[in-house]
Formats: sequence, structure tokens, C-alpha cells
Amino acid sequence: MKQQTTSSVVCTVCGCCCDHLEVTVQDNKIINAKNACAMSSSKLLGYMNERLMQPMIRGKNGFSNCSYEKAIDVTARTLARSRSPLFYGWSLTSCEAIEVGVELAEETGGFIDNTTSTCHGPMILGVHEIGESSCTLGEIRHRADVVVYWGSNPVHAHPLHMSRYTVMSKGRFRRSRSERKMIVIDVRRTDTAKMADIFVQMEPNKDYELLSALRAAVRGDEIEQEEVAGVSVDRIEELAEIMINCEFGALFFGLGLTMSAGKNKNLDAALSLVRELNSKTKFVIMPMRGHFNVNGANNVMTWLTGYPYALDFTQGFPRYNPGETSAVDLLARSECDSSLVVASDPISNFPHQAASNLASIPLITIDPHTTPTTMCSDVVLPSAHVGIETGGTIYRMDGVVLETRTLVKPPKGVKSDVEILSAILRRLKSIRRLG
Amino acid sequence: MSSIQVTLLTGRSLSQGRSKEQGKLSDFYHRSVACCEIGAEDLSKIGASHGENVRVITEHGSVVVKAILPTQALPQGVVFMPYSLWATQVSGSDTDGSGMPSYKGTPATVQPAKDESILSLEELVRRSFGKKERRKSAAGR
Repeated sequence: MKQQTTSSVVCTVCGCCCDHLEVTVQDNKIINAKNACAMSSSKLLGYMNERLMQPMIRGKNGFSNCSYEKAIDVTARTLARSRSPLFYGWSLTSCEAIEVGVELAEETGGFIDNTTSTCHGPMILGVHEIGESSCTLGEIRHRADVVVYWGSNPVHAHPLHMSRYTVMSKGRFRRSRSERKMIVIDVRRTDTAKMADIFVQMEPNKDYELLSALRAAVRGDEIEQEEVAGVSVDRIEELAEIMINCEFGALFFGLGLTMSAGKNKNLDAALSLVRELNSKTKFVIMPMRGHFNVNGANNVMTWLTGYPYALDFTQGFPRYNPGETSAVDLLARSECDSSLVVASDPISNFPHQAASNLASIPLITIDPHTTPTTMCSDVVLPSAHVGIETGGTIYRMDGVVLETRTLVKPPKGVKSDVEILSAILRRLKSIRRLG
Repeated sequence: MSSIQVTLLTGRSLSQGRSKEQGKLSDFYHRSVACCEIGAEDLSKIGASHGENVRVITEHGSVVVKAILPTQALPQGVVFMPYSLWATQVSGSDTDGSGMPSYKGTPATVQPAKDESILSLEELVRRSFGKKERRKSAAGR
């Protein structure tokens, strides 16, 4: 059969959401992905590996196949019986699916959280306190002459970030690598650090101290110590000088900042540093979002409820208190009596105690693949890949909205997240009506 | 038995990112994530070598993984595990009121485990969550 190549395909792996892929399809199979990074190629050429094809329900002898109708009915009945269900995941699906998810959480009076709570949630808490100076990645590409990566390793986690948006990109006003200075601050000499003009190696768990010292240096205050976080004060003052004297600076940070001791306080310090820098020059700050639509999850939940993650509907209105209403905290305290996981693998990604409590309650998972979470589930509903087998809206890490494409048909009978969630919601409402 | 006190970082590696897209039951994924990067000096302190099994222990749990030399330089006393079910076996659920668990900078102990084997993904799921699986089955949910 004839090959068909689609250009300007949006990648659905990391928060870069690169939209310059050229994907070739033959016989409803992707055979080539031009311009894709290593992770993106792996996904586009391997998305059929370990696929779930049929809904399953756990019985006395393990899993048995069933129809979507049966799995949806069992799911709706489980949620209808629950007093505090947890709806979790949402970063690897479309905004349209997330919208239905929020309605489900409201209808059941449960909790809904997205993977932000275990990635860049501390950034959001910091923004509540301090505010942020931001822009699009396009503006950084055209204008930034100083780029800082703090606790972030884009060579491994966002492979095309530097070539498309920062130091190695060809912008309108900064046309080559030599016109930009790259600074990396990390506890490891990462592959990203090897590419930097300046690499500052710091001690683990000392981000707050180093950010505060750097802010003091930017203000022109004297630092009454010889070193902070293993970095000499001379070096800190040199960094401050470079940042003050740039025309347009950008600070990108990764989970090195959000997951280390201090957490949201580290982000308070980073956002305060950037605010200080803006009294001297132009500086922006941006999180290196990990999943392709984790930013979309924050945006959709915020439009609909006013809050970006860790939402609690148990009192009949939206409440938000990360640290109390976030997924890991709820599970660690065993506060949920069922869970619906969409496009995520919390059994792998949550700390063991929280994962263990999640596995112990009625667990329903909607996912294209077999994962430890599907293995521990009571009901499994296979779904189509967003951006490959079904379209949908997503948000890039800088908040730019992109429309993904349908490149191939999903396996026969496999439904999209939107179709499955909408069917669960309809069934749930019907059960409630019938009492 | 010799052991060392270290600071444990967990994080993304390109190999982990690629292999999870290939399938979490694959050998590629197992090779990419069931490991701990440890510097040569730290490895020699516990009498272990690149490619041998070690046990990583924190106050939250312990897990056996393969010790490998760092692919990206680590300071002495710092070890690295890629994000995975193996790494979360030793992660704690306390979020310090932030919602975010401490996945980086965790105090840990590493000791040789030459005679212990690294569990496959299915075995690790069964050992970690198996009792609950059986309870669910017995309840006929």
C-alpha cells in the first residue's frame, strides 16, 4: 500500500511538544519518524509493544476479558459506591479527556490530582507566593543570551530543548551558539553540564541556600561566608554578574529543584531570584515539564475549578490544599476507597507505601499499555494513544496550545480516553438516577 | 559485610525514557532501570565491581539492583537510580506538606549483594503488592 508522510506532527512524549516531526505511515503502521528525538522515535515506532487490546476484570482466578460495556458498568458501580474516590494521572492524555475527568470527580464527590503533584507542583506553590516572569519558548529562542539549566538535564529528559528553543537554536536576534552563554547548576556533571560554558557543581539538598546567596549577590549584598552549598562566594558573585549583565536571561529548572529538600521553598527562592534580576535586566523562569500535557492538566483543572491540581470535591465544592489533598498524601493516609487512574503508572512512580495502599483499594486503570498499575488493577480499559491514534488538544511547557493529530487507526475496537470516560460518566449518572 | 552511607538521587536517564516507551516488560527496560550508578571509589569501598548486584537500603525499604559505573560523573558519596519501580521501593511517602515526595537527596546505605538476584518487573510487582492481589482475588472483586 502507498506510503503517506504527514508533516508538522506534534510529538507526545515530553513537555517540549516538538511540532516539526515528519511521520510516514504504511498499511496503518508508522514506519519512519523524521526529526524525532530518541524518546519520540521509541514511542512512535514502538507504540504497539505490550498493548492492551481487550478490557479485563479481575476475578477469583485472575484477569478475564470482558466487553467495554461490562468494564464501564463495573467501573461506574465501583465509583458510585465510593465515598472518596481518587481520579489520578491525566498528563498523557488530551485536555478534552481531562475535562470529562473533572466532571467525574465532581459528580462522585472525590479527589482529582494530576502528575504535577509529583513533578512541578512545588513550582505552582511557589508561583502562588511570589508570582512568575515568563514568556513563550519562541521568545527565548529569538532573544535569550543567557540560558541557565538548574537541576535539569535536557540531554536526557528533553533531548531537543536546546536545539529547538535555547542555546543551539537559530533565533532572530541570537543566531548561533557563540551568541549565547549556557550555565548549568547541578549536583552531577551531567551530559548537559558537559555542554555548558559554565558548570557549577553544588552539594545535594542545598538549592535553597545557593539560590538565596545568588539573590543576595544580585542585590549587591555581602555574603559573609567563604562558600555556600560547596560553591565559592567568588563563583556566586561571578554568576550574579553574568546574569545581571545579560540582555535577556532564561532560567529553566528541573526536578532537581522540586524534589530536593526545600521543595516549594526552593521555588520561592528561584522565583525571588528572577524577580530580583528583573530589577536589573530582563529574566524569565520556566519549569521543564516532563509529560506532554501535564501543563494542559493544570490549565483545564484551573479553568473548571480555579485550582491546578490536588483537587478535593468531597465537600461538594472544589477545595485545594497540596500536602493534604495531593495523591501521595491521600494514599499514604489511606483516605481513598477506590481509584480511577488514567494514562499514568503510579504503582511504579509513587513511593512504595503510597503505591501499596493504592493497590489495596478497588483500582481501575485506563491505559494503552501493560504497566505495574494495570497489573495491580481490578478493571483495565485499553485506550488509544493521544497524538498517534486519536487527536486532542495539549499544552506545551510554556502554555502554547497545540492540536495533536490522528496518524493511524487504533487497534480494532479500542476506544479513546474521551469515549471511555464519557461512557463511565453517563453510566454513573444513570446509576445515580435509578438510585 | 562492608557497606557505605550515600546520598541517593533518582532521576530520568535517556535510556529509561526510551525503554519505557518500548514497553516496561522488555529486557531493555529492565537493563535500563534495575540499576544503581555508583562511582568507582565508592564501589571499591564495599568490595564490589561494575556489573555486580548491590542492595540499596533506606529507612523506607530496600531493593537489589545492578551496580554500574556512572554514565555521568557523580561526586563521591552520591549514587543515582533511574526512575522506576525499583527506585520507588526505597522512596518515602512523606511530602513535608508539599504533595511532593523526596525522590532526591535521600540518605541510603549500599552493600554488596552478589548472591542475591534482581527481580523481574512481574516478580517485583508480585512481591510488593502480591498479598493484596490475592486478597482481592479471594474477595472475588
